[in-house]
This record gives sequence, C-alpha cells and structure tokens, in this order.
Amino acid sequence: MKAHLSRRYLFSASHRLHSDAMSNTENQSAYGKCNNPHGHGHNYTIEVTISGQVDASTGMVCNLVDLDDFVNREVLARYGHENLNMLPEFSNQVPTTENLCIHIYEILQRGFTHAHLERVRIEETMMNSFDYAG
Amino acid sequence: MVYLTRKAEFSASHLYHNPDFTPEENRRIFGKCNNPHGHGHNYTLEVTVKGEVDPRSGFVVDLKQLKEIMHREVLDALDHRFLNKEVPEFLQQIPTTENIAIAIWRRLVDKLNRAKLHRVRLYETPDLFVDFYGEE
Repeated sequence: MKAHLSRRYLFSASHRLHSDAMSNTENQSAYGKCNNPHGHGHNYTIEVTISGQVDASTGMVCNLVDLDDFVNREVLARYGHENLNMLPEFSNQVPTTENLCIHIYEILQRGFTHAHLERVRIEETMMNSFDYAG
Repeated sequence: MVYLTRKAEFSASHLYHNPDFTPEENRRIFGKCNNPHGHGHNYTLEVTVKGEVDPRSGFVVDLKQLKEIMHREVLDALDHRFLNKEVPEFLQQIPTTENIAIAIWRRLVDKLNRAKLHRVRLYETPDLFVDFYGEE
C-alpha cells in the first residue's frame, strides 16, 4: 500500500538577487527590491514529500525521526540563519527560491535513502511557493 | 474533469505499539508515540473527489451529500475516540497517520455516487500529513 508523507520545516535566511551576467539596470529591472544591495530575509517553509509502501510492522512509510534528523542536519543546519549568497552553491548562481528548491531536492535525493523522494516545495512567503520534483 | 476538496476536523487519541516487538524495540522505533496510555491530535481531513461538472446542477458532487457521507462514515467513528481501542481497523493495526488515511479511503471509496474519490489527505499536525490515492 503506497502512501505519500509530507513534512514541513521552517528556517530563516537572507539573500540578495543579483546576477553578474546582467548590468545594474537589468538587475534592477529583473529583481526590483530583491536587488537592494545589502540583501533581505525570509522565513522559508520547506515541505518535503516522500513516498513508499507502508511497512506492515510499523504502519509507516519511513520513520519520521530519520527524516527529521536528515533534514535538520543536512538542510536546516546548512541554510538556517545564513546569508545564502555567502554559501558555495550560490557563489556563481543567484539564490532565487527556485535554485534553493533544486539544491534542497538534490541534497535529499543524494543522501536520504529511507524512502523515495517525490517533491520539495518551498514557500518563500505566504504568497509565493515553488515546487521541484526532479 | 474538476477536483473538489472538502475539509473536516476530528480529534482522537492513539498510541503506536507492535505486540511483535520487544518493549525496547517499541520504544526505539516509536519513541514518545509508544507511551502506554496514548496521546491525541486534532486531525484535519481533506477529501478530494473528481468528476465532470453536471450540466444541470453545475456540481461535481452535491457538497451536502459529501459532507453527510464524511460525517457518517468517518467522523462519527473516529471523532473523540481512542483509535486503538474503539475503531475496528486499529484493533490489529497501528493507527499511524498512513494507516488512518488508508482506512478513511476504504470507508469512503464505495460510498460516493457520481464523483470518484481522488485523494485522502490527513494532517496529524499542521507540519505533518499523508496523502493516499488508492490501493497500489
């Protein structure tokens, strides 16, 4: 019996959207206030969806402790209360929430082996959310 | 095809325990959820049905009927109950969120008339939920 399980996590971080490939005018036009020089922050919500057969002996797709430990260690500890622009993955890439979503998906896809990864959703604000499913 | 989702809430208690495991295994695998006298949650249920819009009524499904079916088949049985002791499905099976979502699907799937059950989503807390799309 296959079920999908989704878990939501919170972290806060700052970023500035600025592309070296564009002129200052283009950056202003593309990113607006998100291009302000000293950055700004968000409370991000990540929603991780995994799937798999429900184990008959535990009633679970996977043990939440394993998922929580992995996300806390590999995602929240990495991004929480950081300036995203300072991290190596964003040294040559704009830390848009699209790109952040792909990075977090890839971290889980590479390292989380207890269930199949279906999707990562990030809500940057209550109004904006991004989904990546590989 | 249009999808329609109806929400409901119920409150229930449960505990996670497998009699085939040793006390130590139960404690290690289920943690606090294995506390012997149970604990409770406010569950939020989302039932999504799908179907073509009836040209006469403009409905995929009569919401009043869907609400009544959800109350009769699910909420009357689960709300304010100790799931392990009072709900037949969980006398022999652990009432995890996964298993509760599957049990709710089975309670509803043959009861709908026009529309087809698409998904049961069950929130145990605002940051944990399970989706079930049918037997696979």
